[in-house]
Amino acid sequence: MILALLIVPALAGLAAFALPGAALRRGLLLVTALAHAALTAACWKWTPAPALGGWLKLDAAGLLFLSIISVLFLAAAFYAMGYLVQEANKHTTDIEEGFLFDNAPETVFIGCLLLFLAAMSLVTVSQHFGLLWVAIEATTLTSAPLIYFHKHHRSLEATWKYLLICSVGIALALLANFFLGIAATQPGVDAYPLVLSELVAHARDLQVPWLKAACLLFFVGYGTKMGLAPLHTWLPDAHSEAPSVVSALLSGAVLNCAFLGLLRAQQVCVAAGLGNFGRDVWIALGLTSLVIGAVFILGQTDYKRLLAYSSVENMGIMAVGVGLGSAGAFGALFHAVNHSLAKAMLFLLSGNILARYRTKTIAQVKGLLGAAPATGLLWVAGFLAITGTPPFGTFTSKLLILKAAFDTGQPWGMWVGVVFLGLLAVIFIGMTTAFLGMAQGEPEKPIGPGRDRVWQIAPPVVLGLLVLWLGLAVPESLDNVLREIARTLGGAT
Amino acid sequence: MQGTNIILVLVVLTNLKLLGSSRVGSSIRVVAAQGVVLGLLPILAHAHEISWRYAGLAVGTVALKGIVFPWFLFRAVREAEVAREIEPFVGYVASLLAGVSILAVSFWMCTRLPMPEAIASAWLAPVAIFSIFAGLFLIVSRKRAVSQVLGFLVLENGVYTFGVGVAPQASLLVEAGVLLDVFVAVFVMGITIFHINREFDHIDTDRLSSLKD
Repeated sequence: MILALLIVPALAGLAAFALPGAALRRGLLLVTALAHAALTAACWKWTPAPALGGWLKLDAAGLLFLSIISVLFLAAAFYAMGYLVQEANKHTTDIEEGFLFDNAPETVFIGCLLLFLAAMSLVTVSQHFGLLWVAIEATTLTSAPLIYFHKHHRSLEATWKYLLICSVGIALALLANFFLGIAATQPGVDAYPLVLSELVAHARDLQVPWLKAACLLFFVGYGTKMGLAPLHTWLPDAHSEAPSVVSALLSGAVLNCAFLGLLRAQQVCVAAGLGNFGRDVWIALGLTSLVIGAVFILGQTDYKRLLAYSSVENMGIMAVGVGLGSAGAFGALFHAVNHSLAKAMLFLLSGNILARYRTKTIAQVKGLLGAAPATGLLWVAGFLAITGTPPFGTFTSKLLILKAAFDTGQPWGMWVGVVFLGLLAVIFIGMTTAFLGMAQGEPEKPIGPGRDRVWQIAPPVVLGLLVLWLGLAVPESLDNVLREIARTLGGAT
Repeated sequence: MQGTNIILVLVVLTNLKLLGSSRVGSSIRVVAAQGVVLGLLPILAHAHEISWRYAGLAVGTVALKGIVFPWFLFRAVREAEVAREIEPFVGYVASLLAGVSILAVSFWMCTRLPMPEAIASAWLAPVAIFSIFAGLFLIVSRKRAVSQVLGFLVLENGVYTFGVGVAPQASLLVEAGVLLDVFVAVFVMGITIFHINREFDHIDTDRLSSLKD
């Protein structure tokens, strides 16, 4: 079953390059997304058997992230069906500078999208650190052509930054793997293989200086990919220039893949009794990300960049959560689910707004509720969801992290909680100004004709309802999975 | 032992040459030479246990880093009609001086970490770390996109040196995966360079500056 999760999208991706006919390729995209979702759902019911001698195994953390990826990809595939028809004409006028540009061939777009799904699935099932590295680098490489779908100079700049910054970061993560390998060597006996369960079982025997060095390099390497400030510089550019459907996947799925990579390293650290060492780094990077998010959200003029900085902020929230031990980690993982759903919803909606208003400037978008009622209503709902307003799931997850900070009962925990809350308040103000200004008022200039279509509305509605549902009731199976992961990140809850 | 040390000296020399080099073409050749030399490392560093795994790794490395990458980069550069000058932010002499200081720091750093006993040469770790820092330095101090790719390759060579020499327990599957990833990375970067040129009529990354806050 695990192999099917990888092979189905990979083969479909390769087939997409060969298939003639646009309709056939789009059909393949949707069918593969459905098949992947069905397989993932089956994994919740029956635990799949490990493959490749234990290198591929779906544990609780893998299952959680695989499910996020699968749901998001299904929503994105459905949205892409309509989006690709709309974008099928040859030349497009650039909305900011008015020049003509072409889109990349749809074959490449769909092929890379499917290979990208295969790479992300491999991230979630990899138990071997080397394989995990290969998979995370593969997500970078398969998604770079997706960012360059609109062939013009800004998207090219974004693609180059994304490729170079993430590749360098990930090369350092490879060095971290080798450090981990040395940490696992013992004088006189065979070294332990770099499989998570083996390392966790023998964590006390690992050489501490090398393990610490490896962890720091993992933070630099995977932290770059996850978008933790100050390593986030590629993120706003890539998210704002990519097509909205790709932005949704980048923000909701790729960042989580890197987060999973860091969680694996943290699991080894905790088992080796180095939980406190990692804790400081997590909290420092997390709070920095929150500060950077707050600074750039206030006064942001471009709504896609606003969403991108909100991703930096939310990655910061998760990092703080993991740093606070197992109760905080529970909140952080729950927040990863909520954030992915809410952010993908908002990015898809931003695509709708872009199609109607033909501008990315916040100040030029007015009267969304009147001009496109469905998109407008969802935009406001998405705003409430991402800022953590009750009854959405994000509220619960942020509250859990905040509670974990105050429950530490120590002065530093209090300070983390206070700073965390203060920054969230600042970000809330910044987001409110931007979102409500866009929703209300009258359109200043005549906007494009047309109305909201089903493919533009249905995926965000479903994602939004999921966040709402998680805020009202957490299913027991999800709760168990979250508990199971949190247990490996620092004691019992 | 002897062979390994010769290779490591060659790696240091090629890095220094790269820091002081002003031509794109010769830089690509130097990186290619470094790739070929490093391809011999798995065989020489583990001379006592010749195996198919190390032989395969050597052949794969030489083929990719010595032949495919240079060919591909030359192609990207020729089609992009790059002016041959490298255009550094930091001058060549300053770059060389920085390189020598990095070398000294790398050797000092490695005296601070407990090295495993079964290591082929005491120079392996310092040279690997020197390559990594030299690669990072090249990426941030050079304007041309192709020079930045060369910097990335040097960095990757450093990581590879460390992996082959110091932590030789990764398995064939992982090594093949790493090689494949590097191959695709250079491939995608090469294509991007080509597009950057067509779009801007140059491949200076310092003019990629319209996206900022």
